[in-house]
Amino acid sequence: MAAMPMKRESNWKRQIKRNKWLYVLVLPGFLYFVIFKYLPMWGIVIAFQDYQPFLGIRDSQWVGMENFTNFFSNPDFFRLLRNTLVLALYDLIFFFPAPIIIALLLNEIRVAFFKRTIQTLVYVPHFVSMVIIASITYVFLTPQGGVLYDLISWITGKPIDVLASPGSFRPLIIVQMMWKEMGWGTIIFLAALAGVDTEQYEASIVDGAGRLRRMWHITLPAIRTTIVILLILRLGNFLDTGFEQIYLMTNSLNRDVADVFDTYVYTVGITQGAFSYSTAVGLFKSVVGIILVLGSNKLAKKFGHPGIY
Amino acid sequence: MNSRLYNSPAGKVFDIFNYVMLGILGILTVLPFLYIIGNSFATEAEITERSFFLIPKVFSFSAYEYIFSSSTIFRSIGVSIFVTVAGTLVNLFFTLTMAYPLSRSDFWGRNVMMNMVIFSMLFGGGMIPTYLVIRGLGLLDSYWALMLPGAISAFNLIVVKNFFQQMPPGLEEAARIDGCSDLGVLWRIVLPLSKPVIATFALFYAVGHWNNFFSALLYISDSDKWPLQVMLRQIVLLSQASVGDMANMDPNFVQPPEQSIKMAVIVVGTIPILLVYPFLQKHFAKGVMLGSIKG
Repeated sequence: MAAMPMKRESNWKRQIKRNKWLYVLVLPGFLYFVIFKYLPMWGIVIAFQDYQPFLGIRDSQWVGMENFTNFFSNPDFFRLLRNTLVLALYDLIFFFPAPIIIALLLNEIRVAFFKRTIQTLVYVPHFVSMVIIASITYVFLTPQGGVLYDLISWITGKPIDVLASPGSFRPLIIVQMMWKEMGWGTIIFLAALAGVDTEQYEASIVDGAGRLRRMWHITLPAIRTTIVILLILRLGNFLDTGFEQIYLMTNSLNRDVADVFDTYVYTVGITQGAFSYSTAVGLFKSVVGIILVLGSNKLAKKFGHPGIY
Repeated sequence: MNSRLYNSPAGKVFDIFNYVMLGILGILTVLPFLYIIGNSFATEAEITERSFFLIPKVFSFSAYEYIFSSSTIFRSIGVSIFVTVAGTLVNLFFTLTMAYPLSRSDFWGRNVMMNMVIFSMLFGGGMIPTYLVIRGLGLLDSYWALMLPGAISAFNLIVVKNFFQQMPPGLEEAARIDGCSDLGVLWRIVLPLSKPVIATFALFYAVGHWNNFFSALLYISDSDKWPLQVMLRQIVLLSQASVGDMANMDPNFVQPPEQSIKMAVIVVGTIPILLVYPFLQKHFAKGVMLGSIKG
């Protein structure tokens, strides 16, 4: 019995000696994960402290759940929750189906050149930064001569400052999102559609099925698994509204509907220096997030997918 | 495919509808870019005079002259180029050196490290603890803060590792018999055979660096070190009192920018993407598929 651990130790020592260059190679990456991924995880403990930068984590006072109870009793909490959930719902209802519809339409195109051209075009915004998207939005909608601003004013007969009105914030976010990502989102569906057996179409025509019927009964079921998996993945990231986009589109007039968990953590933590409190907010979001991810992964397995992790 | 499938009258109506819808979609995607590019070459007078145009009557380069003569914008373009090039090299170094050992089945500790990588995809310290680590390391206001915290994308690492694993083991064995060390195998056999994969990830990493706004916002407060994306926000989004916080406005920026300057900065911020896009396009469909069967 005593010989076993000895033997094992010499075994791993020998292993390391033999592959020493592999360990040299892996070192930078390993240190990267330790320093930039795992050290911050340890830093989460400040959520349970009244963290004072000059005292450090070791000497700062422990306050238990105080930061959390403060957050949950703060009226901001419900505002953030509402804004985050409403945006996530809008995303599911409007953004999620868009790539599926476009993929179905693209799949019916038989002129290869046209199909390729459209694909090439609609992928482009995916690679453009959120700052550029926000800038383009601004240039088009600014009351100082923005083309869309003028157009909207002309149609409705009254000037409407879309950028500054709280009511249009959410639609604007979703429209931006659609413009940027819905073309890109078609890739995965088109790949799934490429595998559909064409004989099914031949058979359906014998049965007298029209175009829409074929789309409904053959094409759509063919990508059903992909749709379900992506939907589940999206549920796993339900609370992720995207910091950059929201942050860039927020201004003093729409802040009330714009603030979400991520932007709140930034404002309270970085710009106001409330490190412990905002870490607690971030941790709350992460924990709910990981529950959603693991839960939806379980759901994925239930649907017969080998699981996402 | 059988043409009978499509030639019914109802099918024709559907086709017309379909081509028109997708055509509109394609136009809606490019139109904003064309409009911005066209207007960036227009004179201020023409922009105020005409409501909508893609090609200006009078071509003017004054907006671009202003951009490249204004030290603030010029410097931020330089920062972006530097961070993109250096940052991508950092990404590749960290990703490739870690992926290779992890791809080797005889590498002791590989499972522990893989689990460590995968767990980091599920859970993270979050914005504030990460910020405190960066601050603790003294990296605030340093270009390292734009390159090191994202040195490895766990997802890319796993894809590269899987690619290395799929290489025929006979190649490595042959090299080893010829007296190659582990480093030699990586440098002479594995990397040259992985050129397309490396190029793909280099492009993806580079696009990420060029587009990066968040890290700069968090870690760089010295306006001399701002990359273009941050400068772009200052110029386009914060120049108006009605939108954005005036408090965040850079006090060094004296000249109030005009419409065509805004357009020109947007163009400069987008051009590198449009230049690499043709190279990217060859690869990304494959990349997405690789990603969907990760493990």
